[in-house]
Amino acid sequence: MNKHSRMALTIGLALAAGSVWAQKSASEGIDEYRAMLQDGNPAELFEAKGEDLWKQKRGPKNASLEKCDLGKGPGVVKGAFVELPRFFADTNRMQDLESRLVTCMETLQGFNGAEIAKTPFGRGEMANVTALATWIAAESKGMRFNLPYAHSQEKTFYEVGKRLFFQRGGPHDFSCASCHGEEGKRIRLQDLPLLTKNPGDGIGFAAWPAYRVSNGQMWGMQLRLNDCYRQQRFPYPGFGSDATIALATYLGVNAKGAKSVAPSIKR
Amino acid sequence: MKKQTQIVLAGLASALVVAGCATVPSVAELNALTDQIVKASFRDQGIAKVDRVLATDETNRVCSEADVTGKPLDEKTAKRIEEANLKAIKWPSDGKFLGDWKQGEAIAQSGRGLTWTDDAKTVNGGNCYNCHQISKEEISFGTIGPSLYNYGKIRGVTDPNSAAAKPIVEYTWGKIWNAKAYNACSNMPRAGHMGILNEAQVRHIVALLLDPNSPVNK
Amino acid sequence: MADPMRIRAQASGDKATVRVLMSHEMESGQRKDAAGNTVPAWFIQEVTASHNGKQVLAAEWGPAVSKNPFLQFAVKGAKAGDKIAVTWKDNKGATRTDEATVS
Repeated sequence: MNKHSRMALTIGLALAAGSVWAQKSASEGIDEYRAMLQDGNPAELFEAKGEDLWKQKRGPKNASLEKCDLGKGPGVVKGAFVELPRFFADTNRMQDLESRLVTCMETLQGFNGAEIAKTPFGRGEMANVTALATWIAAESKGMRFNLPYAHSQEKTFYEVGKRLFFQRGGPHDFSCASCHGEEGKRIRLQDLPLLTKNPGDGIGFAAWPAYRVSNGQMWGMQLRLNDCYRQQRFPYPGFGSDATIALATYLGVNAKGAKSVAPSIKR
Repeated sequence: MKKQTQIVLAGLASALVVAGCATVPSVAELNALTDQIVKASFRDQGIAKVDRVLATDETNRVCSEADVTGKPLDEKTAKRIEEANLKAIKWPSDGKFLGDWKQGEAIAQSGRGLTWTDDAKTVNGGNCYNCHQISKEEISFGTIGPSLYNYGKIRGVTDPNSAAAKPIVEYTWGKIWNAKAYNACSNMPRAGHMGILNEAQVRHIVALLLDPNSPVNK
Repeated sequence: MADPMRIRAQASGDKATVRVLMSHEMESGQRKDAAGNTVPAWFIQEVTASHNGKQVLAAEWGPAVSKNPFLQFAVKGAKAGDKIAVTWKDNKGATRTDEATVS
């Protein structure tokens, strides 16, 4: 893709508006660029859409999602994101944010959950799931991850997720640990967080959903895991499948105490 | 999605009824449950088939388990795995170990192939720069593997065709073809053994590392 | 109807800083899709902004501007309660206007 950076435009417009262009050191320039990026995060466009979708009456049942239970009670959105994935008694299974949204879209609004799960990322109702997830994550921005670890399923899925994390496979013998199993490594010039423990505020699990500038797409954790598996040369992990939820449970429990910066902005 | 719930529940039913809700299943039960979940969660997509994760070989199985438990392989098992991988190495059919380093650089730069968005006609790359520094000019390199800059120079290889250089030349071919032959649970893919790169491509990579004219050795 | 812009305007001293996030594909017309066909150009060509109805900014954009563009500018003399409106027009003739109140 040959797209010029938004930074060039923003600086150009700052000049046009008549502001003073002072001399800066390279590192000051980089810090300012990063701050600018945070301010103009296109994730906000998806947040706005997600908030509308939460409140809008839609689907065959013409109902909103305002009674959806994301783990802290029907309609409670603040703080829900940092406690997912968790066990849900009504569906009797572990669920992450995106699969739980599909459950609510089905039970409250009458959509066909299986059809949504089959829809490719970025299209149709799946795009709406991403927008909803972006807004719900934003409502917990700055809060610390605190996944429940009480129910036996929550403990079991943590253990399963751990096994999946270290499972080597595919023609390259890659596991998640191949890239994320050691401190201070990078692939090409992309730093890789160590995900067997808390990698720090706003890093790894605490940074998604995120807007990816390189392809202009909004990615939730389901798509992030999906694309990791693609790069690992694995077969396709089903949307909301137990494997993805177990892996997210492992990452989320490890991230306990880390501050969420979602939705963030990535290269 | 409902089917998976049943698999999980069926697997846990006995454990939960007997042990109560506060305990976690045994290691063996967790391993079995993980296998079930993998089977139910992954599907074929494009050229990426489920046997990539269902039919893994012993090397991957024992190394995965070692990673999960945090206990490295015992020496006997490690040796056995290494020997099995060494035996499986296909040496150059024409006895030529070195190819063209310029093509080797292109192969090392390319990360294409074998994902579900690639097709069977895609020419696979070696992914080498993802993990290694190789030439000095390329600053976009990873650090998952050690730097290979000056690979041949450091090892004193001035003439790759000489008798003196033969052990290094063979090791280099072998390591690229099957990295696990020399380190049972190496992080490095087995480029030749797993069909990522063909003989001609491996020849070019060996040249990239050992040809005195290669930028790697300048 | 295109997705709404996100506009925030904050007064500080004798001016207000306005930040706008626009939702637009901004296709440069240079990209090729998977089949090898050129993706047609589709980008914002004109941006105008007004303060209480009076135009304060006019810009001509081209294909170099990336997807979901972010625009930031300052308006002298704008105070809390004033209205800022931003309008874009693209090369297909589509247009969108959104408004915000200076806080």
